[in-house]
Amino acid sequence: MNKVPLIHVTRRKDIFWVRAWLVRIIAVALALVVCGVITMMATGLNPIKVYAAMIDGAFGTSRRLWMLLQNIAILLCISIALAPAFRMRFWNLGGDGQALMGALGAAASMILIGDKVPNWLLILIMIVVSICAGALWAGIPAFFKARWNTNETLFTLMMNYVAVQLVAFFVIVWEVPKGAGKIGIINQNSNAGWFPQVGGQKYLLNVIIVSVLTILVFIYMNYTKQGYELSVVGESEPTARYVGIKVRRVIVRTMLLSGALCGVTGLLLVGGTDHTLTTTLVGGRGFTGVMVAWLAKFNPVFMVITSFLIVFLQRGATEITTTFGLNQSFGDIITGIILFFIIGCEFFLNYQIHFRKAHKEVA
Amino acid sequence: MFDFFVSLIPRAVSQGIPLMFGAVGETVTEKSGNLNLGTAGIMYVGGICGVIGAFLYETGVGPENMNGFLAILIPLACCLAGSFLMGLLYCFLTVTLRANQNVTGLAMTTFGVGFGNFFGGSLIKLSGADVASIALSRTSQFFSTKLPFADKLGWFGKVFLNYSFLAYTAVAMAIIASVLIFHTKLGLQLRAVGESPATADAAGINVTRYKYVATCVGAMISGLGGLYYVMDYASGVWTNDAFGDRGWLAIALVIFTIWRPIHSIWASILFGGLYILHIFIPSGTNLAVKEIYKMAPYVVTIIVLIITSLRNKRENQPPASLGLSYFREDR
Repeated sequence: MNKVPLIHVTRRKDIFWVRAWLVRIIAVALALVVCGVITMMATGLNPIKVYAAMIDGAFGTSRRLWMLLQNIAILLCISIALAPAFRMRFWNLGGDGQALMGALGAAASMILIGDKVPNWLLILIMIVVSICAGALWAGIPAFFKARWNTNETLFTLMMNYVAVQLVAFFVIVWEVPKGAGKIGIINQNSNAGWFPQVGGQKYLLNVIIVSVLTILVFIYMNYTKQGYELSVVGESEPTARYVGIKVRRVIVRTMLLSGALCGVTGLLLVGGTDHTLTTTLVGGRGFTGVMVAWLAKFNPVFMVITSFLIVFLQRGATEITTTFGLNQSFGDIITGIILFFIIGCEFFLNYQIHFRKAHKEVA
Repeated sequence: MFDFFVSLIPRAVSQGIPLMFGAVGETVTEKSGNLNLGTAGIMYVGGICGVIGAFLYETGVGPENMNGFLAILIPLACCLAGSFLMGLLYCFLTVTLRANQNVTGLAMTTFGVGFGNFFGGSLIKLSGADVASIALSRTSQFFSTKLPFADKLGWFGKVFLNYSFLAYTAVAMAIIASVLIFHTKLGLQLRAVGESPATADAAGINVTRYKYVATCVGAMISGLGGLYYVMDYASGVWTNDAFGDRGWLAIALVIFTIWRPIHSIWASILFGGLYILHIFIPSGTNLAVKEIYKMAPYVVTIIVLIITSLRNKRENQPPASLGLSYFREDR
């Protein structure tokens, strides 16, 4: 007697895009239901009310809507920064640190030479310094990875903490007033180094910059020789070497780009919105960005949607925590659950499940 | 100088024990080919589950009627159950559903840290305390009971005997894990799964079962690190985010110890020492310099990463299939 297993899994060759979207939508819908149930259990509130409050928290007023857009822009910026590195299969977990270094560069320029140079020159210097700082922080692990195959996952991770301590150091050096342990708003009176407001909206400029960057990175990754080279390195290093791609150079170049874009994220945070420097400025977006970039399969449209979903949930969760007197961390639990579902649904996109058919007796 | 070490070592040890639990748990996990970056989250979950158990017991019967045996058993069981469930979740996503391990681990860290802080925050509200922390001092007393004769033996007692039972459990775990992995058939098969799951599968080893068991056991060991931190090191005081980045350091320690749990005994104590180095270095009124000293464990980790990659010996490599999902029908 032949034993046929109950469930047989095979790899799918490809999946019709409608079906792929259907799977994803079902996964997100299920996740929202589970989040609703958990919210109900944790708080005893009606989940529909909770979601209504979340939607209100995200879209309710034009200020909230702009906050939502601004947060999406920052998360998207860090995600597109990480995407080229991941396509190269380089696990850059250092997005937080690289963005923080960018922020440090921008803040340093604002504090040290804020009143010595005209504003346009200051902003130019901020851009250059923060891009270089971010690129440096990514370039160090990339160099060692390229040269000696040093484990980049932990290297970039540890660079985050080095960056945090470096920022902590400078926060104490530049603290205002002395002994406060924080910097406060930089150049509050002169507004030197603050990005100009476009169309009277504080956050519009950031949104525009990130949109342009997203398109540029999309073109870079899909329609340029360098973008093609980094995909080849990601797929198979021996193949890349065989066809004459200089693997080491590609690794370092891609990571410099990745770090530079992370540096821009820090620049946008300091120059565009927060105008201050703290160790928690980036707030773990480097890690969330990893998941956004990976789950979206580097497709920018997916990245926008995933970023929107995560930011919407976080903003919404912040809203319900204040409305219903919950703890701030509720948003992280919700984010975690939604990520588990999105991660899990990948299986149904890549594999097909065959159940054992009931065998009819041959008469 | 001698007195300096006598005062430094016990503090380094109590800093190092959570790292030791984390590193041993993660080594066991990684030997099965699963790179669990969720360890940071698992340690949070382990810690808060212990706190929830202790909180319910302590407020349930009142601090004066507490039975020492139950006071330890309940938080311990809660901690193990919580971290077991986290390990199971990780396995379900990465082994059964073959999701990417790094992404799953990061999501688990987001979830676990959020879980810890949310329930920590809720308990703080429940207990109605004025400060942002819960103090389970009675439970902590049971957990941090030291060997009775430690005080009588001078410096020897201070350095070697002055710890609670969980600290010795960590050392025992490291030794047991080391023996199991390197000197038993079970360990041989586990290593086979981690090195080449296809080969192990062909040899009749149940790859899925080994991965599940190793990862869940590893998660439970890591979770104990969270429990030790709250109940012993922090004297039963849960503060949100207090555990910090120790989970990540534990993962770094796995590479530092080149996947040998026995080395994690001294390595985690060394890292514990580096973690508190800034307290012992006199910096006068210049507080900023202390922040630079706090870089020490991370910078040392980076240097170690570079050195191990430079030496690049065959026996110092990670399990060959680390980070990859296994699908039998792939060739």
